[in-house]
Amino acid sequence: MNKSNLPPSRFELEVPNKLKTEEMTLSMGPQHPSTHGVLQIILKTDGEIIDSADPRIGYLHRCFEKHAENVTWHQVIPYTDRLDYIASMNNNLGYVIGLERMMKLEVNERAEHLRVIVAELNRIASHLIALGTYGLDIGAFTPFLYTFRDRERILDLFEEICGARLLYNYIWVGGVAYDALPGWRDKVLQFCDYFLPKIKEYNDLLTFNKIFIDRTANVGVIPAELAINYGMSGPGLRGSGVPYDLRKIDPYSIYDRFEFDICTGRGEMGTVGDCWDRYWVRVAEMYESVKIIRQACEAMPDGDAKETVPRNIKVPAGEYYMHTESPRGELGYYIISDGGKTANRIKVRSPAYSNLSILSSIAPGVMIADLVAIIGSLDIVLGEIDR
Amino acid sequence: MNAREIHDQIKEKFPEAILEFNDTVQQPYLKIAPQPFYNVCQFLRDDADLDFDYLMCLSGVDYGDLLGTVYHFYSMKHTHKIILKVEVPRENPAIPSICDLWRTADWHEREVYDLFGIVFLNHPDLRRLLLPEDWEGYPLRKDYVTPEFFKGIPVLHSEMKSETNEQK
Repeated sequence: MNKSNLPPSRFELEVPNKLKTEEMTLSMGPQHPSTHGVLQIILKTDGEIIDSADPRIGYLHRCFEKHAENVTWHQVIPYTDRLDYIASMNNNLGYVIGLERMMKLEVNERAEHLRVIVAELNRIASHLIALGTYGLDIGAFTPFLYTFRDRERILDLFEEICGARLLYNYIWVGGVAYDALPGWRDKVLQFCDYFLPKIKEYNDLLTFNKIFIDRTANVGVIPAELAINYGMSGPGLRGSGVPYDLRKIDPYSIYDRFEFDICTGRGEMGTVGDCWDRYWVRVAEMYESVKIIRQACEAMPDGDAKETVPRNIKVPAGEYYMHTESPRGELGYYIISDGGKTANRIKVRSPAYSNLSILSSIAPGVMIADLVAIIGSLDIVLGEIDR
Repeated sequence: MNAREIHDQIKEKFPEAILEFNDTVQQPYLKIAPQPFYNVCQFLRDDADLDFDYLMCLSGVDYGDLLGTVYHFYSMKHTHKIILKVEVPRENPAIPSICDLWRTADWHEREVYDLFGIVFLNHPDLRRLLLPEDWEGYPLRKDYVTPEFFKGIPVLHSEMKSETNEQK
């Protein structure tokens, strides 16, 4: 890849000042409904056209990495819940697998299957929020009610398996916190049967809606090279046509046993890498998640899934970078241990953080209303960005 | 290409740059001297056989006597990985910025500057990112002491303060 192939970075931009009106500085956020949390963007605008956008983050900074150095290895798990608070299971999973690989710990088969099932259910729940709120952002209210109706069923399943609806603290080192009750597997399979026809409802309501396509196709196009250079991952990168999915590329847990496809953007409604493609990758991934859940439910053996290690574990000295595919992309934990009861350093590479940093590069030249569509299509969660 | 072969490639091009190579650990890493670091990175990105186009993670680490940054690279084309480490002294820590090679390093370097106080040379916009601009000190350093007041606002509640003292 040559540097000259890339569009200019935010330090090199020269936006044609078409209207030649007075430049206006506008603060979007931190309390703005379409920023998905407390995000502030300092916009410099020329009429309706954006000249520059500077995201200011940190409003939700809770010192996760400092806290993680002061509590025991197990006590970090509830903190990971609160990073990306709408996909907590995936956050637990990445951290716990990182520790298990450092300790060279085997997990029993039932626990592995339960982990995959809850992680994929959580992926669907997270994508449902992304779909619903994306509709809200650009003026479609109804799909939000539909997606939240179905997300509620997933939360009920989670409530039954671990007692919590949002912050689960479910996946522990060596296994899971609670085994599934008898009949839980059938409820998951029933949910799969219920859910697949509902995706068609979203498609009828939102995906192939003329107004929605007009608002999202050819808007916020991110070329593949630029996306890679900015470290994008997840549906943001796959929307640009790059088949980068860690469940396939660097399989963890038991993902290598299941058949599923990597969904990428193909530019069906406009250009490859536009907002519609990123949106469509999420819809398509819900089908793939259902496929994985069904296979995992079929293959799940009986037995005990509870964790087998003591609460006060010691992780051997060393370091490990564990990356997993969270609904937003590559969630990495860089864990350094000195052999004690607490971590020496835990760095979280959060996917939404890198995905958001591209905003200042693609925002110049678009309308303010399109900026809302772009932020929505990146599907950021500020809890994870600010940590 | 495995870590050993990547090491050999860099060794051939920059004989002086590599301070340490360790492939006995789970994830092999290379320790690079700060001065040639930018050129090594440019070589990693632009060489056709290496082609590291994806910077997965950039972390700051406090090693006690030294501060350092750790870079996790990945190649989309060749699907190989490598880890680079750079270590600098605690007084006036400075590392060449690579944010014009991988733009994702822009925010990551600002974060490391914010929390560890490592200065990235030639970074065009090195400001604090997560903390307020007028925050004092670098919280993720091991010797950081939580201040009692921030601009006249008590940082810790009086009850919490006794708890943290007990923990110490």
